Amino acid sequence: MLLADQRTIAADPATVWAAILDPEVLRVCIPGCESLTGSPSEGYEAIVTQKVGPVKARFTGHVTLSDIVDGRSLTISGEGKGGAAGHARGSAKVAMSPSEGGTLLSYEVDVHVGGKLAQLGSRIIDGFSRKMADQFFERFQTAVEGPAEDEPEAVAVGAEGEAPAKKGWFKRMISR
Amino acid sequence: MPKDGGIGASTLRREDIRFLTGKGRYTADISLRGQAHACFLRSEVAHGRIRSIDTSAAEEMPGVLAVLTGEDFTEVGGNPTGWLVQSRNGATMKEPKRPVLAHGKVRHVGDAYAMVVAETYEQAKDACEAIEADIEELPAIVDMAQAVADSSNRVHDEIEDNVVFDWGWIEENRAAVDAAFETAPHVTTLELVNNRLSPNAMEPRASIGDFDSGTGDYKLYTTSQNPHLTRLLISAFVMGIPENKLTVIAPDVGGGFGSKIYHYGEEAAVLAASKRLNRPVKWVCDRSEAFLSDAHGRDHVTKIQLATDREGNFLALRTETLANMGAYLSNFATCTPTFLHGTLMAGPYRTPLVYVNVKAVLTNTVPVDAYRGAGRPEATYSLERVIDKAADELGIDPWEIRRRNFIDPGAFPYTTPVGLVYDTGNYHATMDKLRELSDVAGFEARAEESRQRGKLRGFGLSTWIEACGIAPSNLVGVLGCRVGLYDAATIRVNATGNISVLVGAHSHGQGHETVFAQLIAEKLGVDANSVEIVHGDTSKIPFGMGTYGSRSLAVCGSAMMKAADKIIDKGKKIAAHMLEAAEGDIEFTDGSFSVAGTDRQKSFAEIAFSAYVPHNYPLETLEPGLEETAFYDPANFTYPAGAYGCEVEVDPETGGVDIVRFTCADDFGNVINPMIVQGQVHGGVAQGIGQALLEGVVYNEDGQLLTGSYMDYAMPRADDVPSFTVDHSCVTPCTHNPLGAKGCGEAGAIGTPPAVVNAVVDALRRAGHDHITHIDMPLTPSRVWTAMQG
Repeated sequence: MLLADQRTIAADPATVWAAILDPEVLRVCIPGCESLTGSPSEGYEAIVTQKVGPVKARFTGHVTLSDIVDGRSLTISGEGKGGAAGHARGSAKVAMSPSEGGTLLSYEVDVHVGGKLAQLGSRIIDGFSRKMADQFFERFQTAVEGPAEDEPEAVAVGAEGEAPAKKGWFKRMISR
Repeated sequence: MPKDGGIGASTLRREDIRFLTGKGRYTADISLRGQAHACFLRSEVAHGRIRSIDTSAAEEMPGVLAVLTGEDFTEVGGNPTGWLVQSRNGATMKEPKRPVLAHGKVRHVGDAYAMVVAETYEQAKDACEAIEADIEELPAIVDMAQAVADSSNRVHDEIEDNVVFDWGWIEENRAAVDAAFETAPHVTTLELVNNRLSPNAMEPRASIGDFDSGTGDYKLYTTSQNPHLTRLLISAFVMGIPENKLTVIAPDVGGGFGSKIYHYGEEAAVLAASKRLNRPVKWVCDRSEAFLSDAHGRDHVTKIQLATDREGNFLALRTETLANMGAYLSNFATCTPTFLHGTLMAGPYRTPLVYVNVKAVLTNTVPVDAYRGAGRPEATYSLERVIDKAADELGIDPWEIRRRNFIDPGAFPYTTPVGLVYDTGNYHATMDKLRELSDVAGFEARAEESRQRGKLRGFGLSTWIEACGIAPSNLVGVLGCRVGLYDAATIRVNATGNISVLVGAHSHGQGHETVFAQLIAEKLGVDANSVEIVHGDTSKIPFGMGTYGSRSLAVCGSAMMKAADKIIDKGKKIAAHMLEAAEGDIEFTDGSFSVAGTDRQKSFAEIAFSAYVPHNYPLETLEPGLEETAFYDPANFTYPAGAYGCEVEVDPETGGVDIVRFTCADDFGNVINPMIVQGQVHGGVAQGIGQALLEGVVYNEDGQLLTGSYMDYAMPRADDVPSFTVDHSCVTPCTHNPLGAKGCGEAGAIGTPPAVVNAVVDALRRAGHDHITHIDMPLTPSRVWTAMQG
């Protein structure tokens, strides 16, 4: 399935671009990501645990960044094997452009699943994919901007133990 | 009134006592001493090249005894197709290899490429996960039209356009048919899909391989509709095990519907593993696997055209069909869309010119083969839908247009333009009976009552005919069948007079143990309870071809009659000696041998005893014993036929379809057990309703099976079907078998889908939705509602 969306992030494009290339940001933003090692140029090895309907699985897989147009766009692709649960692969084409509120982030997400995931979970895979994409970019936004005023910082995973702050942890980090 | 246990009696099914009390013995119930358990690793991708399979980690897992892959079967043969079909241009079809386990490539989601044998099933399943397979995913071929158009992407590398054959029936008639269309006053065209179905027998497949290293004998317990055919395929094609060293046992089998006709790779794999480990190896398919590996049914995309004059007389018919074969050719995949489909396109009608074109297409999907009705539902559906459309276009009543075109009851034997000779039938009689039972006169009042409740009522009519009692061996041989299609029975009269009947047909829901005993009881004049029917074990029964195509009674039942005649003949000789009379003076009636015109007689039991204790016996001219075998090869197909009426209510708010009345008037020839016949029709109609309203296999563009569980594949349930009215009082007995029987097992699945769809289209058109001329099955609420929105 293919889904497309966009959101405005209150940061300048350079900051957003740097965040996207940061493995720690990726790790925090990928829902269910247990570990992510590697580099933007060589790709990352990732372990992700997810539950799709009746199928829960721990996926081990590879995440790559490709089609990189510096400061403007790239494709994040991942594929993982979840043992008896089957396999999943997906990609997000991400493009950035300066906007009034900061940076307009547009993305197109394409998800394919196979094996038991498809056999038992196909009914819910579209909704699941949308939820995953939403979570990813919401976490990304939070990581860059900081949590919204009226929200608890539940999603700021990387900020454990730190005092609530308006800046996202990524912004704080790079502005130190 | 027939006597209980005899022909014509609704004798209760004796097998139900054990089935209903949990005493049935299915393959999964069998546990052999020391058995190990197998699990198959199945492809998650629809199409891929196997680069490597690393089994080393799996082999180290707890309890693992062996891991087998396609490499272990390169020395043995493959699973063949049972029927070689010729293309229009005279070329023999292409037959891709079908290995025991996928080798080189995986070709559908569910294609097994490795097998783990372990002490427990759970250990085997865990170890499957530890197998590291490097499979390069290739683009999946799912859509048939695309498969044909794009020769760069191939399911089998050696078959360039993914087309197995391009069949024309009858090719010599093509020009005349086309010419008739050129000049016809009216042509009705319809494009439709015959939806793909998953068979879903209640009992999933299971197999146990048991090799005896002491004798070198193999035994296979398996869920089969035809154990001898499975043995033949394993012996002659797949494993090369001599038939006298291989026993195939199909014990109680919980439904087949066609899907258990075929030999599957798992059967060969458990035999090979058993030999390697010198232990029995058992495999029981789980339901998820069944969706991915049991042969599917139907899956035709068809364009059908009917040429008529202004009065609705049929002038010519032609069809073009793409028939999905799936990734490999299952054993009878090629004859289903051809000789079980094209040959039925005349239906019960006089259409003088018919031409059928079928292209068989390979795709990266589960293999497709015969499923209850097999080809005949596809033919009937296309024909009965296009006739309704033509009737509508011409402004002729659906009953009337059919009546005008029926073969006249006096015209039999009738040779159709598609190569069959119908021996007998009366299509007017069954349709008239249907009209009477359907209360056509009361329809408008019922429709008005529905309207007041906001519902749209419609009536759908269909007639059907099938060729069953499969089949004359010499005829099917000419047409490319690689086996004979006779059947066989041995009647073993035991010394104390009770009888074992060993039959080649297999019962997996049909009730043979009851019906066959009724036949013998009637024929030999004995108590049905003294007759035991033995089936399903190749070490006991004569070589028979099993059960499919509504053939068991017409073919195996006829073999039983022939064997019984031999028993009676021998009994007369014994009686003549005992009664000191001439053999010609001995009469056999009602279980007793008597001298004509006297009261001197010997009972059947006395004759049997004398045959085994031959003290007073013509030993110089007659062998002792009373056991006879007969093979029966039918002279023709049998042609049951009927007319079905379906009344539906459509909810215009939701598009939901409720079947409120369903009536069947069938001509099955002579009926042995009316209750069982009704049960067969009920089951078939329920399956037909399933196809029409609920069931449909869906693959996505990657070849992933999206309808792989009962969450997504809708089987009919009790509340989806109405109370049926079933009649089989119109009887034109088959003229060429001793029972006059035609067969009833598939009827419901054949006649029902067009009746349902015709009814829904009728309901919508009556309500003013004139733009709707067709909706593809399954008629889900979503499809019906969408059609109503224009």
